Parts: sequence; structure tokens; C-alpha cells
Amino acid sequence: MKFRPFRVSVLLLSLLIPAALVAVVFFLVAYSGQAILFNGLHFMTQISWNLGDLYSDPVTVNGISVPPGANYGILVFIAGTLASSGLAILIAVPLSVGAAIFLAEAVPHRIRPALSMLVELVAVVPSVVFGLWGITVLIPLIGRYLSPSGNGYGLLAASVVLALMITPIIASTLYDALLQVPKENRESAFALGATHFEVVAKAMLPMVRTTLIGGIVLALGRALGETMAVLMVSGGGINILPTSLFSPISTIASFIVSQLDSAESDPTNMSVRTLSEIALVLFLITLAVNATAKLLSSGALNVRKRQS
Amino acid sequence: MSASASLKVARSAQELRRLTTSKLGWVACGLALLLVIAPLIDIVGVVTVHGVAALSGKLFTQTTSGTANGLLNAIEGTFIITLSAMLIAVPVGIGAGIHLSEYGKNRLGGIIRFLSDVLTGTPSIVLGYFAYIVFIIGFGWGFSLAAAAITIAILIVPYLARITELALQQVPNPMREAAYALGAKDHTVVFKVVLPAASAGVITGALLGLAISVGETAPLIYTAGWSDFTWDGRFTHAPVAYLTYVIWTFIDQPDAHSHALAYAAAFLVMLVVLAINIAVRLVVKRTKLA
Repeated sequence: MKFRPFRVSVLLLSLLIPAALVAVVFFLVAYSGQAILFNGLHFMTQISWNLGDLYSDPVTVNGISVPPGANYGILVFIAGTLASSGLAILIAVPLSVGAAIFLAEAVPHRIRPALSMLVELVAVVPSVVFGLWGITVLIPLIGRYLSPSGNGYGLLAASVVLALMITPIIASTLYDALLQVPKENRESAFALGATHFEVVAKAMLPMVRTTLIGGIVLALGRALGETMAVLMVSGGGINILPTSLFSPISTIASFIVSQLDSAESDPTNMSVRTLSEIALVLFLITLAVNATAKLLSSGALNVRKRQS
Repeated sequence: MSASASLKVARSAQELRRLTTSKLGWVACGLALLLVIAPLIDIVGVVTVHGVAALSGKLFTQTTSGTANGLLNAIEGTFIITLSAMLIAVPVGIGAGIHLSEYGKNRLGGIIRFLSDVLTGTPSIVLGYFAYIVFIIGFGWGFSLAAAAITIAILIVPYLARITELALQQVPNPMREAAYALGAKDHTVVFKVVLPAASAGVITGALLGLAISVGETAPLIYTAGWSDFTWDGRFTHAPVAYLTYVIWTFIDQPDAHSHALAYAAAFLVMLVVLAINIAVRLVVKRTKLA
């Protein structure tokens, strides 16, 4: 085969993408190696996060040097992540399904592009600006009207902000899918005497169900990894599992940011290594979720399609 | 009038129920759309009102000291981080997009596409922590422009590659064949025929990457650090200020002046991000219609 310098050079450029991903995984695993050995599996099931006494001489456990009393448990952060993302999905799904239906079927053609652009623009507002809005507007509202303690920071605030951020993902996925539904299906339903709303709810929505679920899972992946907005409104709870909507929480992502300063002061580096292990856990969770979304949206799990 | 009225048959209870359900359904959907859009309008409103009130000449001429004075260091920092990240990301992203679109219709192309999507889905804080381990600790660069720019570039490249690929795919094959038939080489076909024809899409991708870079925070916390001074020209061993840092740390300070700086920073960031996204959508729509 002839050597084609141009093709080879663009190939090399494109190989940088997988190379970056491999490097991310490799260095996270390599750097967290000692932490994985030290923390073992109970890492995932323990509540207590304690950096240990950073000013005493390090002790050696199983040949690994750690600050005395150090114990790293991340159950609280896993719980915080799942609770805030789960609640966010519960809030976002009805909102975005309703918005997509209204946008696709009820809005006059002339203003539809403007409105659908507004929905898309919600997705591009930087996370940190959402956090700022949360602190200025949402937290006082929750504190005054909902929270028994008068403190608005916590699980509910984090979930609401997350829900707002992921709504456009679900809404625009569903909106695009609704526009793709064949005219014949709509018309047959109308011909049977269904009202316009029944056509949408009973003839069109079932057709786009798989796409909708794919969009929801994609949104879940985004919510799980969201950092700044959650960090700013979640109250940063550690060492205690959330018990109510107003409990302060930390998610895995927000915890990684909030621990930077204290981790740096650990002379044994064990807390920095453990944070690397936490980042790896977050990577694996989002990878699994995004892979599921991809399978769903590619139709590989769509039974009806496979049969035809 | 009277004829059509006489044709009207009394509705059964079931029909009435169906009609009421439908009406309620539409109302619920309309409310949902309102609830999705209202926060956006409120965010833009709140940030604009507070941000414009905080604007002053001092903002653009003085650096931050503590939480006082201006934002010159942060504005300049965001600018150079974005510029450096784009200098890395644009050639790599567009090159990768060219490979995927023109020569990537095989198994290797499929693998690259899949891994590129995985990288897009990776939380930015994970990329930031990776960069912290490798550049700050491993290479010993300290918080620095180089670490920040490379991290942001890793974040943007997969977007840029896929958008470039999509744009190049829109160029009809006969154009490539005509160029090859005239004896053009691979690079001539791509640079003189395909890329110019798809330039709107490629520029869209680059601009969206720029918007992401300006609005990103989490990966910079672990790579850029913070500095009260403007950039001193060093790529490593010198922390850099950036606007989004001002937003999330100054808003937690108790005094009104810090809050004013946070809102001013948020206003500037939002202005850039929304302006780029609105412009891109308007331009893309126009080219679609043409």
C-alpha cells in the first residue's frame, strides 16, 4: 500500500482522543493503586471520612504509610450522588416530557424555533452560573417556605438545580423524536376519533418510548457528574447519611473539589490517592450509565425493531 | 349557524371526560414548558441586573486583591487559558474530524468514535483530577497555564471532532470525486474542497468549544489555581486567575463588594456563552434554510 502522509497525519491526530482516554484511566488507576489496597472493598460501604492526624508521624498499615486514624468511607457521597440525581430525574422527566409535547404539537409554527432555542439555551448556561442563581434565588425560597430549619442548602436545592440543568437534554431528545413520528400514525389516530392530546399521549409517545428512555439515561449521566452547581447549593454534608430533603449532602463530584485543600496537606499523600480512587469510581459509574444510554438510543435494545 | 347547531349531538359522559382530560393535559404541558423556560429567563435577568450594576471601569483596569478592586487578572486569565486551549484543540479536533469523516468508515474509526463519546461523557472533574495527578504532581508543573490549557483542550477535542465529522459528511461525494478526477491530492481535496464547503459547521464547532472553555470551572480548580496578578508569561509554575473562580468563591464571602465582583464575573461569562450559542444557532438555521 502506498504511504499517504496526509492520511497518516490525520489518523495520528484522531488517535490522540483514545490516547487521552486511556491515559486518564491508566493514571487514575496507577495513582490510586495504594489507596485501593489500603481501603479495600469496605471503602464503598463506610460512612466515616477521616483524614487522620496529619501532624503526627504516619503509621504503616500493611506496608502502606498513612496518617494515624485515617479512614476513608465514601458511602455518604455515593448516597448523596444517587439521591440528588434520582430526585432530579423525578422532577425533570414530567417537566421535559410536557415541555417537549407542547413544543412539538401545540406551539404555533412561527414561534416554535424561538422557544426550542430557549430550551436548548438552558443547557449551555455554565454550571457555576446555575450555582450562583441557586444561592441567590432558590436557597432563600426553599429556606423561607419549605425547610423546617430555615436553611435552604441541601438535597432538595441540589436536586432542583440538577433537574433544571438536565431538563433540556430530555426535552430536546423527545422533541426531535416526536417530529420524526410518521404522519400516517398521527393521521390514523385522528381518523379513529382521538382528540389531539390522545393522539400525542396514546399514539405518538409509545412510539418514541425507547428514545425517551435513552434521553433520560443520558441526562442521568450528566447529573451524576455535575460538579459546581451541586457544590454551591448542596450544603457539603459529610460523615452523615441524608435523612430528609433538607439534609446537607455531598456528591462524589462536589466532594472531590471541596477536599482539595485538606488533601494537599496530607504528608503521606494517601488522601490525594483516595480522591483519585473516588474519581475512578465516578468515571466507572458515568461510563456504565452513558453506555446504557448509547445502547438504548442506538436501538440495540429495541425489541420491536430487532424483530422487523 | 342554526344548521350547524342542530347537527350538534349531545356529548356522552365519556366523551366529556375525554375532552376534559385532553384540555387538562395541554394545560399541564404548557405549564411544564413555562417551568423549563422561566428559570432561564430568571437567571439571565438576575445575573444581568446585579452584573450590570457592578460594572465599572475599575473592573477592567485593576487586578483583584483579596476580594477587592477589579477583575483584570481573571478576565485576562480566562482569555489566555481559552486561547491556549483552542490553539491545542482546534488542530487536533479538526484533524480527528477529517480522519473520521474522510477515512474513518472502518472498524478503527468506529472505535475512535465510541471512545470519543466516552470522553465526552466523562465528568469534567474527573479530567481535572487526572490533570492534577499528572501535570501538577507528576510533572511538578504546579498550578499553571499549561496544565489548565491541556485539560480544557482534552475536554473540547471530542466535541470538535464529532461536529467537524458531521459537517464534513454533509459535503456531497461528487465534489470529492471531481477534485480527485482533476488529479488533486488528499490534502488538496480536504483543504481546498471539503473544508471550505463545510466551513460553517466547523466554525460552529470551534465556537461551541470556545463557549465551553469560557464557562468551565471544575477542571480549572485542580489545574489553574488562582492568582491575584496578571499572567507573567510563564507556562508552568505560575497559577492563573479565571472568571468562573470569582463566581463560586466570592459569592460565599459575606461582604457586598465580593458579591458584586461575583455577579460581574457571572455576567461577563454568561454574555460570552449565550452570545456565542445564540449566534451559532441563528447562523446554522440560516444555512439550513438556504
